[in-house]
Amino acid sequence: MAEVILKNVNKIYDKNVHAIKDANLEIKDREFLVLVGPSGCGKSTLLRMIAGLEEITSGEIIIDGKVVNDLSPKDRDISMVFQNYALYPHMSVYENMAFGLRIRKFPKDEIDRRVKDAAEILGITQLLDRKPRALSGGQRQRVALGRAIVRKPKVFLFDEPLSNLDAKLRVHMRTEISKLHHRLQTTMIYVTHDQVEAMTMGDRIAVLKDGVIQQHDTPMNLYNDPKNIFVAGFIGSPAMNFLEAKCEISKLKFADITLELSGRVNREEVVVGIRPEHFIIDGEMPHFRAKIDVVEPMGNEIFLYFTIADKTMVARVPSQSDFKVGDIAPFRIDVGNIKLFDRETGERISL
Amino acid sequence: MKKTKGKIQLIVIYFFLIIFTLATLYPVMRVISISLRPGDRLLSTSLALIPEGATLDAYKKLFSDDRFLRWMLNSILVSTAVTLIGVILASMSGFIFSKYDFIGKKAGMTALLTTQMFPATMLLLPMYIMISKLGLINSFVGLIVIYSATALPFCIWQMKGYYDTIPNALYEAAVIDGCSNFQAFIKVILPLAAPALVITALFSFMASWSEYIVAAQVLQSQDMFTLPLGLKQFQSNMTTEWGLYAAGSVIVSIPVVVLFIILSRWLVSGLTLGSVKE
Ligand SMILES: Nc1ncnc2c1ncn2[C@@H]1O[C@H](COP(=O)(O)OP(=O)(O)OP(=O)(O)O)[C@@H](O)[C@H]1O
Ligand SMILES: [Mg+2]
Repeated sequence: MAEVILKNVNKIYDKNVHAIKDANLEIKDREFLVLVGPSGCGKSTLLRMIAGLEEITSGEIIIDGKVVNDLSPKDRDISMVFQNYALYPHMSVYENMAFGLRIRKFPKDEIDRRVKDAAEILGITQLLDRKPRALSGGQRQRVALGRAIVRKPKVFLFDEPLSNLDAKLRVHMRTEISKLHHRLQTTMIYVTHDQVEAMTMGDRIAVLKDGVIQQHDTPMNLYNDPKNIFVAGFIGSPAMNFLEAKCEISKLKFADITLELSGRVNREEVVVGIRPEHFIIDGEMPHFRAKIDVVEPMGNEIFLYFTIADKTMVARVPSQSDFKVGDIAPFRIDVGNIKLFDRETGERISL
Repeated sequence: MKKTKGKIQLIVIYFFLIIFTLATLYPVMRVISISLRPGDRLLSTSLALIPEGATLDAYKKLFSDDRFLRWMLNSILVSTAVTLIGVILASMSGFIFSKYDFIGKKAGMTALLTTQMFPATMLLLPMYIMISKLGLINSFVGLIVIYSATALPFCIWQMKGYYDTIPNALYEAAVIDGCSNFQAFIKVILPLAAPALVITALFSFMASWSEYIVAAQVLQSQDMFTLPLGLKQFQSNMTTEWGLYAAGSVIVSIPVVVLFIILSRWLVSGLTLGSVKE
């Protein structure tokens, strides 16, 4: 049960790689915070600084009211699940889970009780005597989770724990970890590069790019109210469509489409962002018609790909609409939901 | 076509393997055979492994010879010390070289490697001077210092190379689990490095057990001799006692062979399999 606070945290690696730039973040008690961003943006670095595995160049990290900058990992009362599991190969599953408690000199029966409880929760009771090499990927991941939960730490840290699992298992473990969070009610910080994982698991999400926290908010707020082009494009699948456009007072023009905005925009050159679901099939009052290039039926919905001004756009439409490749489809744009961004800075322009 | 080519290749490979095996085994067989001969047939040219009238007299004589027992004890003492020093120092410094970053790391590794480029005979003189200035001539400490110094660079490189293959995440997991750095090293890393430790131990042991040249410089009184020096004594008398000499040689090589056989299980690595998904 603990709050984690990052204050102006910086990390500069020795070859002058500025991996984390001035990170400020408050992770509330019992919150499930997801750190998401593309490869190399500094997610692991930030997590490892919280864990104490990486030194902090400047700034402060506070766990449960205590500045931990100079505390070694073992004194921070955290546990971490690694991407590659990092199970001790020479120990059985039981020993792997008991190890941390043994080192911390827990009484034997308490260790036994905790390990068995954790094994029960994770459904690995029948594997306790095995060595890690005799386990499947999913089972290893469970053991790694087990090793993390037996200690009942203040904070759980996860570094892409599911990225080595196959797609189906990943979805399954995703819900398992979410359930675990509800059950344990402990602060969790979870790193992933997968925005779907971020959206489905996080109470809040912090989006990281090039070492800078771009925005942190609830999944829905990030989706509906992104601060800049990067966040808008990163969150949501399929991704938001972007087009360069011109503004004249409250008219927005791109390709040969003109939209009437609800407010004035005092900039001429903008980028307009349209979510796939805001292209709506409308035979009566279409803004434009486009030839369908690709049809991707997903079952519950269909993705239609078409081209505007040489750029590929994707629309998310109900599964009843039966368009085929080559058909001309009439689209209306849900003008109330489009986002405008500054073409230079990428910052969101509010209407 | 392809199959016959494979067969021919196999035959050629086996041909060479057999030649080399014979070349290696022949002297060993000769020595064993000589050690078993009765005293009057030492110079026979017969190639029989078990000679006519084979006898263990030479061995009996050796083991009732106080000098020989003394030399054996000396060898065991020196080799054990060198092995312990090698294992302890190489396992720790190899770890530091592998997992930590510090100023001079590269230079240190290169320096260690450089020492391996000089043949031992070339280092003999400077080493002798150093040892004599330290007053360690004719002492086991002097010998142990030189042996350790010659064995360590290889052992450190060897250990470092093995630690490099152990994922950092294991060490980090241990530290997060509550280990101090030293605990993480002892409880998690060292058990996984067992195959490398075995090699280090074997190497240190062998570097000292059958060494002759350095020992001949450092040790001067007969009762301080190690086995290789002692064996030479049988030769330098008026008549060389070939039987004793051969039997002694067999006895000297037995520990090494036995160690290899016992430890071969550990030489097969792969212990880290399954810990980390690559
Ligand atoms: N030990 C190091 N020394 C120097 N630079 C490093 C070191 N570790 C990481 N970096 C750099 O810091 C940046 C952030 O790395 P980090 O591993 O935190 O990225 P990440 O977001 O976790 O990426 P991924 O999704 O690929 O795991 C990268 O540019 C990386 O090259
Ligand atoms: Mg990473």
